[in-house]
Amino acid sequence: MTPRLTTLVIVGLVALVGSAPLWATPYHITLMIPAMAYGIALLGLNLLFGYAGLLSFGHAMFVGIGAYTTAVFTSKLGIRSFELVLVASAVAAALFAIPIGLLTVRYVRIFFGMLTLAFGMLFHSFLFKFYHLTGGDSGMRVVRPTLLGQDTQELDKIAFLTGPFFLYVLALLVILGLVMLRIVHSPFGLHLKALRENARKAEYLGVTVRRFRLAAFVISAIYCSIGGVILAVPTGIADPELAYWTHSGNLIFMTLLGGFTNFFGPILGAFSFILLQDQLMSATQYWRFFLGVVLALIVILFPRGLMGILESLMARFSRGRS
Amino acid sequence: MNGPGEPTKRTEDGRLLRQSADSGTVMIETRGVSKHYGPFVALADITITLKAGEMVSIVGPNGAGKTTLVNVLTGLLRTTTGQVLFKGHDIAGIGPVRLARLGMARSFQLVHIFPELTVEETIAVAEIARAGKAGRLWASVRGDDAIHARVREVAAIFGLDTKLDRPARVLSQGDKKLLDIASAFALAPEVILLDEPTSGISTGDKHGIMKTLVEAARTANVKAIILVEHDMDLVAEYSDRIIALQEGRILADLPPTQFFADPAIVAAVVGMKPVRHA
Ligand SMILES: Nc1ncnc2c1ncn2[C@@H]1O[C@H](COP(=O)(O)OP(=O)(O)OP(=O)(O)O)[C@@H](O)[C@H]1O
Ligand SMILES: [Mg+2]
Repeated sequence: MTPRLTTLVIVGLVALVGSAPLWATPYHITLMIPAMAYGIALLGLNLLFGYAGLLSFGHAMFVGIGAYTTAVFTSKLGIRSFELVLVASAVAAALFAIPIGLLTVRYVRIFFGMLTLAFGMLFHSFLFKFYHLTGGDSGMRVVRPTLLGQDTQELDKIAFLTGPFFLYVLALLVILGLVMLRIVHSPFGLHLKALRENARKAEYLGVTVRRFRLAAFVISAIYCSIGGVILAVPTGIADPELAYWTHSGNLIFMTLLGGFTNFFGPILGAFSFILLQDQLMSATQYWRFFLGVVLALIVILFPRGLMGILESLMARFSRGRS
Repeated sequence: MNGPGEPTKRTEDGRLLRQSADSGTVMIETRGVSKHYGPFVALADITITLKAGEMVSIVGPNGAGKTTLVNVLTGLLRTTTGQVLFKGHDIAGIGPVRLARLGMARSFQLVHIFPELTVEETIAVAEIARAGKAGRLWASVRGDDAIHARVREVAAIFGLDTKLDRPARVLSQGDKKLLDIASAFALAPEVILLDEPTSGISTGDKHGIMKTLVEAARTANVKAIILVEHDMDLVAEYSDRIIALQEGRILADLPPTQFFADPAIVAAVVGMKPVRHA
């Protein structure tokens, strides 16, 4: 696909989603909020996985950090400015990600995966055990934030979520998507790909392998925490389950479903996962089983995910025309 | 790329590389270097120097320790005893990135490429590092004309300029090898170490590659080259000095005329040469 066509498709899709309040049911609009939240989180996760080649099994921790920062700010400190919450959760994620990254990026492949899993579990058990700080298994309350200084108390919950909050989150997804697009096409992004492909060769070409892995780790943590902030608002709660390792598994599932070899794959993965989960949950109580089947089929038949299927279809289409 | 036809022209004083004001200064120096793998001695008491202006070949039968020596000189392996100095710095533990910044580059015996990166991207990786642009998260590689110009220039020297958009994995074995070397040259190093740059390449093309290398080194003002090579014809033609290794020890360190004048040395290096697997 030519860059111009890609741009057109993206603009079209953003317009379509953005106009959802005009044509979709409130139920489906509120369903798109977590989809967009995961879209943001996965953009970050895929910088680490798709570009730097490191698969983390612990990034739900950073989603949790985003959610708990939101809870601490809005209900404990009484600071309800959403912008401040976003900045604070990004800072909190970075503060955790730097030391954890320093320890974990010394390893690759399964060793990196296991270490991130271990840190994720540590963080989850901290949330669980320190009841007086974190509310333990009942989590922490999240109060509705103010958006751009505007208080929306006069709106009921559905009106808030399907109106201003929905648009705000869409804007965040677009902005953070553009930022990430810029990052992956930067000299830094190219060095990430080089170290993913062959770290030894990359080093001898002057790529600071460890430092850049760490940078990717921190950026991915920040994106995940922003996803966590958004997830906590509609549910009104920072839930320890958000930081549980199975949630890390879900993040990976979504990335594989959409396809990690394409920049937009994870966003597609997030939307398809939310839709699929919603459909399956209303159809059967064995929805986890069917999700598992889908994941197995994707990995075996379409390792490049839904985006890979789309790409092959496009290639066939353009070959058919010429 | 040069054809195999005419021989490579040496400079007036008979050298392969361009001579500069600092020719003769020591670039790499080892002092009593040894490398042990457990009880096995891969290198013993290696003391050599590489001066600016020199092209030095390392020869020896399989398993003599040539790759081990290159790996020790480039800091990939730590010495068991002894020191390696690059431009006066002890390189113990300083790592490949700082060595690259100090002006050292290398290629590998088994080709190292970035399979999914294109030829253009691969060379750009080195150019970005050389130009100190790697920390730029907010710049565009595509929009950087300086990077493009340099990438094209380097690719053209190695005859890869018509394949800029190809992913490295689809290149022929020979082109992969060239790309590995081209990306090392793109660092504009002062010293470059090439571990069997012509292995896996048909005999007819070997001369072409060697000419390209010398040409590239002259264009890029590379001051000194260390070359591991099995083909004695190439060694004879493309060395100012030959270091022969045998079972981890230096058997000879001589200019080509004296080296080939000693049948015992040549026999030790060539005579034991088993069949090579490409
Ligand atoms: N990691 C290692 N552990 C143990 N022994 C090793 C190791 N690496 C190399 N060796 C041994 O050290 C000796 C020298 O190996 P080296 O690769 O330096 O030889 P070489 O001269 O480059 O040979 P070739 O011409 O086949 O490339 C060989 O006997 C090899 O088996
Ligand atoms: Mg070798």
